[in-house]
Amino acid sequence: MMEIRNINGNSTRPTIGILGLQGAVEAHADMFAACGAAPRVVLRPADLEGIDALVIPGGESTTQKKLLNFNQLASGLVQRIAAGLPVLGTCAGLVMLAREVEGGTASKLNLMNIKVRRNAYGSQLDSFEAYIDIKGISGKFLAIMIRAPYIISVGEGVEVLATYEGRILAAREKHLWGCAFHPELSGDNRFHNMFLEYVKENMVPAATPA
Amino acid sequence: MSEKQLGTWSVKRGLAEMLKGGVIMDVTSPEQAKIAEDAGAVAVMALERVPADIRKAGGVARMADPAIIEAIKEAVTIPVMAKARIGHFVEAQILEALGVDFIDESEVLTPADDKYHIDKHAFKVPFVCGARNLGEALRRIAEGAALIRTKGEAGTGDIIEAVRHLRAINGEIARLKCLEREELVSAAKELGAPLHLVEEVARTGRLPVPNFSAGGVATPADAALMRQLGAESVFVGSGIFKSEDPVKRARAIVLATTNYNDPQILAEVSKGLGEAMRGIQVETLPAEGRLADRGW
Repeated sequence: MMEIRNINGNSTRPTIGILGLQGAVEAHADMFAACGAAPRVVLRPADLEGIDALVIPGGESTTQKKLLNFNQLASGLVQRIAAGLPVLGTCAGLVMLAREVEGGTASKLNLMNIKVRRNAYGSQLDSFEAYIDIKGISGKFLAIMIRAPYIISVGEGVEVLATYEGRILAAREKHLWGCAFHPELSGDNRFHNMFLEYVKENMVPAATPA
Repeated sequence: MSEKQLGTWSVKRGLAEMLKGGVIMDVTSPEQAKIAEDAGAVAVMALERVPADIRKAGGVARMADPAIIEAIKEAVTIPVMAKARIGHFVEAQILEALGVDFIDESEVLTPADDKYHIDKHAFKVPFVCGARNLGEALRRIAEGAALIRTKGEAGTGDIIEAVRHLRAINGEIARLKCLEREELVSAAKELGAPLHLVEEVARTGRLPVPNFSAGGVATPADAALMRQLGAESVFVGSGIFKSEDPVKRARAIVLATTNYNDPQILAEVSKGLGEAMRGIQVETLPAEGRLADRGW
């Protein structure tokens, strides 16, 4: 395994920012804490400083989009992510990452080369759970789908990580990871651990400030 | 590939988890629902009348006309909730058939059963129920509620009851945390709640499902107050559409609910909202006018 370095060069514990505007913030924080990372709720631009990765949690994407602008986080986020900050978007977070959204407008983030369908399965009555296969995880993983989206199509450079009933539920484009289900609710930290391993492998000393 | 399972506990509780940190707004028309969605509401409660008007109208308050619920569902993409009378499981069956995302078994409507609440485990759609204290919250969870809200006193615009109920729940949870195992058995008896839930609360220091607040929120400061007291989201009933400028107030309450710990932002969003709902001081309500006493 690669030696882990981080911005301070003295700690091997990555700080995972969790966009804290609304939604399943706490569940992600608990999961990352259980995996040995240090979660930090991101509400203001200053909270972005020093994070090694960011999670955009599930919730309502229409609500989160509005708050993202009010709390003046959009431009800082886009900048950090464009510079390579690893991001995990789950459910509404996946919708926030997508360049194209059916059943809603894309957020200003406009980052990941995928097209998603919002509320793709219908109302809450169509929400479900199922065991699925995920690339990089051995054995089945419980996917909890809450008024979930799915990925209609992926563009160049996007790797599909999971499908169910012929629909794409998880994908990755370099440092951008997205899934339609809620790994933070399944009581199984393998997905979070897989993302965390990627974060650790890609932690580099911060460029010397100019 | 395994079979998919619908309506499981994880799926029900999961939707409650997604609503955290948000505002759920009472609406009575597709136009109001759009205003709520545009303001950033995480869900709307589809009603025929807001609680303040239910109070004024008197008589028996029942489930809303399905046509209104359907029109509101058509108008927005966020989750739509609707209310059923306490114990009226057929109203709940109808709401489930309409495809609402959450059912509120609510004291705001006239109760249909003076002994039993709905068996909420029998449904695929999740339920939210009101509570004034920990025992009541745990009884509702035992019946299958995936989300609890304080009852407060709906339709008054007076926050005192919501504060009282949330403080009661917090205080009782704090007490359970320092009890020995044998003392928990006696506490379960006093609370009138199942022992396994009492033990879970003592161990985790929180309710087994998310805990929101309702019944009296009329201003951004009210919403932030309930959040600082530990409510994970707020329901706003009459507070928005009974105010002078619903569009502005709805947005301000959304911003205050997320930024509840930032007095600078709270000051900013509280400016120039026009008049809040007139309201009724709860103390002046006669006993029969108190909706929170419905249910057990």
